[in-house]
Order: sequence, then C-alpha cells, then structure tokens
Amino acid sequence: MAYDYEKSIRPGKLPHIWCPGCGHGIVMKGLIRAMDTCELDRKNTAIVSGIGCASRLPGYLDACTLHTAHGRAAAFATGVKMAKPEMNVICCGGDGDGTAIGGNHFIHACRRNIDMTYVLMNNYIYGMTGGQFSPCTPTGHNASTTPYGNPDPIFDISKLAIGSGATFVARTTAAHPREIDKLITQGIQHKGMAVIEVIDDCPTTYGRRNKFRSVVDMMKRLKTEAVPVKAAAKMTAEQLEGKFLTGILFQDTEKPEYCDQYAEVIKKAQGA
Amino acid sequence: MAKKVALLQGNEACAQGAVYAGAKFFGGYPITPSTEVAEVLSVELPKVGGKFIQMEDEIAAMASVIGASLTGAKSITATSGPGVSLKQELIGYACIAEVPCVIINVMRGGPSTGMPTGPGQSDVMQAMWGTHGDHAAIALVPDSCQEIFTETVRAFNLAEKYRMPVQVLFDEIVGHMRERIEFPEPGELEVIDREAPSVGPDDYKPYDSTKGQIPPLADFGSEYKYHVTGLNKADDGFPTTKASLVDAEERRQIDKVMDNIADIESNEEYMTEDAEVIIWAFGSTSRSARYAVNELRKEGIKAGMFRPITLWPFPAKRTAELADQAKAIVVAEMNLGQMVYEVERVAQGNCVVVHEGRVDGDPINPGQIMDKVKEVL
Amino acid sequence: MSGARLEVIERNCKGCSICVEFCPKNVLEMDVFLVTVPRPEDCIKCMQCELLCPDFAIKVHDE
Repeated sequence: MAYDYEKSIRPGKLPHIWCPGCGHGIVMKGLIRAMDTCELDRKNTAIVSGIGCASRLPGYLDACTLHTAHGRAAAFATGVKMAKPEMNVICCGGDGDGTAIGGNHFIHACRRNIDMTYVLMNNYIYGMTGGQFSPCTPTGHNASTTPYGNPDPIFDISKLAIGSGATFVARTTAAHPREIDKLITQGIQHKGMAVIEVIDDCPTTYGRRNKFRSVVDMMKRLKTEAVPVKAAAKMTAEQLEGKFLTGILFQDTEKPEYCDQYAEVIKKAQGA
Repeated sequence: MAKKVALLQGNEACAQGAVYAGAKFFGGYPITPSTEVAEVLSVELPKVGGKFIQMEDEIAAMASVIGASLTGAKSITATSGPGVSLKQELIGYACIAEVPCVIINVMRGGPSTGMPTGPGQSDVMQAMWGTHGDHAAIALVPDSCQEIFTETVRAFNLAEKYRMPVQVLFDEIVGHMRERIEFPEPGELEVIDREAPSVGPDDYKPYDSTKGQIPPLADFGSEYKYHVTGLNKADDGFPTTKASLVDAEERRQIDKVMDNIADIESNEEYMTEDAEVIIWAFGSTSRSARYAVNELRKEGIKAGMFRPITLWPFPAKRTAELADQAKAIVVAEMNLGQMVYEVERVAQGNCVVVHEGRVDGDPINPGQIMDKVKEVL
Repeated sequence: MSGARLEVIERNCKGCSICVEFCPKNVLEMDVFLVTVPRPEDCIKCMQCELLCPDFAIKVHDE
C-alpha cells in the first residue's frame, strides 16, 4: 500500500528544496516508481541534469547522479551512454534548461536516437532564477522579464522532439501521477531517445504572476487542459482550444539506436 | 627489433599519442587547424573498442568528454581557439568536479575567426585564466611532432593522476607539419591509469581528501553510486555553502597542482649555462629561438634558450634563476605579449625583460629574435 | 471501516494543500501549514494524497 520511495532516496535529503505545491516532487515520485517497475540497478543507472529547479532532482536519488551545467544534460548524458552503453541513462530538467540554452543538445540527442530517457518538466518558467519567461511560457503570459505580457511565440516540446528524431515522445502532467510513471516506464523500456514532457506547476514564480490564486487552482487547470490523445481524436478544433494532448504522442521502434549503430562501426573497424 | 617509424603530421601524432595513452573516448567538433586529430581518432579509436563522437558543437563535445570520463574512459577532445573559448564553462566544471580529461588546442591566429590556417600562440593566457573562478591549470606546449606524441601521453597521465583537465597547446605550424616519429614500444612510455577507490561503495566519498590531496574517482556504472555537481561541494559531493568547506575545497584543488610542480614541470634549456641573454620561447617559436642562439653564439654573443614544455603551472623557479643570471630575457611568442608578463613578474627587475612578438600570421623568424637580442644587450 | 492508516511526515509537509483538495472523501484538512487527518475512517485508500504529495509527507498504510 504505502509506496517505499525512501529506499531510492539518499538518506537525510528530505525535505527537498522545491517550493510548496511545486510539481517536481510529484514527478520525482513517478520517476522512482518507474525505475522500480523497470527494476533498474541504480549502480548501473546515471541520472543527469542541467541547472534549474528540476535539475536538482538527481541529487536526491541514490544512483550515479550528475548535475551538470545549464542546458548541457543531454550532451553529458550522450558521453556517459556512448562510453558505457550498458548503463541506463536518464536525463531530467526544466523547459528553460532543456529547450533554451539546452536546445541544441536536446535536438541532437533526439536526432541521434541515443538510448536515454529525457524527463522534461515543463512548468512554463525559469523558476530557480525567480520567474523569467522561457521558450515555453505561453504567449501573453506574465513573467519577471515579460511584465507587459510575453511577446514570444513558444515551442511545442513534443513536436520539437518528434521533428528532431526522438522515437518515443509522450506528454502528461503533474496532476496525472499514475500516467507519469507509466510513460517513464515505457520510455525506459523503449530502446532509443524517449522524451517524456511533464507539464508541471510553478506556483511561486509562474502561478502568482498569472492569476492562479492557489496551488490547487494550478493543479486543477492541468486536469482540465490535458486531453488524452484518443479522446482528442473525437474532438473539434474549438473543443481543443487551449488544451494539450497527453499520452504517447509518437513511437517508432524501427529507427536504429545510436550506440547500436556505433557498435557496427567498431565491428567494421576491427573486422577491416 | 627496429622501432616503428613514420612520417606523421603533428595532429596525427597527437591522435596516436592518445591511443598509446589508452584513450577510449573522443568527443569533438571540426575546426581548423585541429580537425585531423578527430579524423585520425575516428579511424583509430573503434579499432581498440574506443568511441568517437562528433557532437553538435564544442560545448557538447566537452560535455560528452566529461560524461564519458566519469564512466572510467580516458577521454579527449581537440579543437582550436574558438572551440576552447566555447568550452570554458565546462573546463571549469571539470576542474571543480575533478574529472580527468585532455583538451587539445591547435592554436591559430586570433581573436575570433582570426586566421584559421595561420599559427598563433595567443591562447596561452586563456589556458590559465579562460574560465571563471579560481582553479588550477596544467598546460603543455610541445614543439615537434615527436613531442606532441609524448606530451599527449603525459597529458593523459597528469589528467588521471591529478584528476583534472589538462590542456595541450601547439600552434598550427607544429600541428600541420610532418616529421619523423619513432613510435615507443608498448610499456616504453609510462602510462598512468586511474587509481581505484580504496574504500568500498558504502563508505565512498568522491572528494574525501583525508587520505591525500587527490581523492580517487570511482567509475559510474561500477559498484559505486555517487553525486557529481559543479556547485561548491563537501567531501561527499553534495552542494554546500559552508564557508570553511568551500574555502578548503577551492584551495585543495589548486594546491594539488601547486604543491607538485616538481612532478609536473618540464623544461628544455639550450646553452643557458653561461648565457648572458635568454630567449624564452616555446612551441614552434622555440625552433627559431634555437637557430638564433646558434647564430648569436657565432657572433660571440652568449645567448641561450629556455623552453618550457609545461607552460602552466608557470616555470617560475627556473625563470627567476635565469633572470638573476642573465642581463636580459627576450620572450618570443606569437602574440602581442602574454607570457612576457609572467616572466617579468618572476624576474622582479633582476634583468631586462622584453617581448618579441608577431600576430601577422607568419612565424617568428630567427632574424627578428637576433635583432631584439642585440637591441637589448 | 476502511482499515487505512494515514501517516503524515510533518517535517516534510509544506502546507501546499494539494492532498486536502484532491482527496475525494474529504478526509484531510489543513492546519495552517500542516495537513491533519480528522476523518481517517472515510479513507477509501485511493492513494491520491500520497501520489500527489510533492513532498513525501503523507503515506497511506494498510491496517
């Protein structure tokens, strides 16, 4: 009944640093459940992150954890995976870390289809630095650097991942905890680049500036704005206005995985 | 058994040196004039079960090298000035996280795009002060294809032994010219491998320096689980802002190099015993300096050459001694004055220190060195 | 009787009130910045509170 998260968490690390109502803790729980479901040997698991609130996640987990520089998680993780393909490699981070400064590494890791699972917590803001807008802050919304409303158009992270070549792309939200671990499990089990975007809550810097009176309001909007892919198929464009799709958005099991491809290079080099 | 000999380009000698040292990972990005290092390693590494990857930019290349090194693979990247500029933040990361890796900088004319196919030595201060924050640095400056081979091996040894990034800088001339190389036999050159942790996984702390300045680094994917971060951290690898710990760790990471200069330094001296003027030069410039010494000697001028092979940590002791001995030191370097300031600092006025430089894309020639020597004597 | 025991790890709870709002049986209440369990007997062990708690501060035990 009560889930034993504590066996996956380094002793003495709780309570964690995330703000009251921040969704990252919920995602971390989902990741722990997924790693347990996949029976990942934590000695053989690298959890890599960049910089930002979401990127503090690896520090809490008892595994080979690598808290890198802002935006560079996917590139560090590529080095880990290439050097030791037998390791399970999980990347995590936020929307700013992953798609702004980290965008180039994100799209190239997707392009390579290297076997890793990227859990991208999209809370629409740079939380750690106090609430600046990110490439995913909805247009028109407020942030500490868009006091007149965000003029920027934004990324659809999942489309970006699909367009770049990732072969398992899914989305869920912090208000759908069971789906978090289900999708991360499938991502881990998928051989290739798996991107799981979790629409997340930042009540402290995003919620406050965008008319969300409370943490609960933010969680409730995740429930109302999320539309499972299957349900969306039967809905009209108007009905889908302001919504986003959740579940598995794209999966390709044909595209070769990068380390497998490089194993062929080694065979040729040693055979020749 | 006759030694295997080959006519090798400097960049290729670097790649061969890396393989000899046991490199198992290269993460790079194409850039003139260093690309041949990558090309050769893309051929050689998979032969020995190593991995080559061309990343999306130099930052990614540096990141992949650090990631790979953490799994236990000896890792290297090669680039030129612009690439080293891009890698600076992560070079600092490798310093604070103490991750062994080798960075090759085949220097070209700078700044910015500069002269990609021209030589330069204007990245030498960058090798020490390029990234933000206080940190140690080791930089080696070979002057021949043979020495590129041996210094690349030494760079890996120093990186593994001192658990940090080590840079090897040679300019485009040395990188692109071809010279006769004698391949050392396996075992002939010392190759240092990473020291395994002395405690079991449950007691392991990645930065526990109670047993020595340089804590052993366990491999990701072995029996050890631990945390790595770029934040100031305590001995267990977790972030701390505790003043005493932050201060102690910063100083340890510098002292581990500065306390071991004798082990790291490497210089060549040519006819300095009775020299009244020292030409202080490295890399390809030292070839002109050596020629100038010979010519000056013919003209009865007691000249000598001091050639650092380890540029950082700076060879302060020997430079100071030569400053006491000589009337003047001429620092010849393909820039508008960089190492000259270190020489001046160390000479403390005990002799005249002048600079002979050049940034027009041509190498410094013996004649201009000789003119400067005569001018200053 | 539901036979569930709700454990609150007080030092972890940050009073975000997600659990209180999302409990379908109104078992929980906020005491300023700390969750309390006034009506444990109504708990149907749906696990929403434990799943949605970001702070590892509430557990649903079988009893």
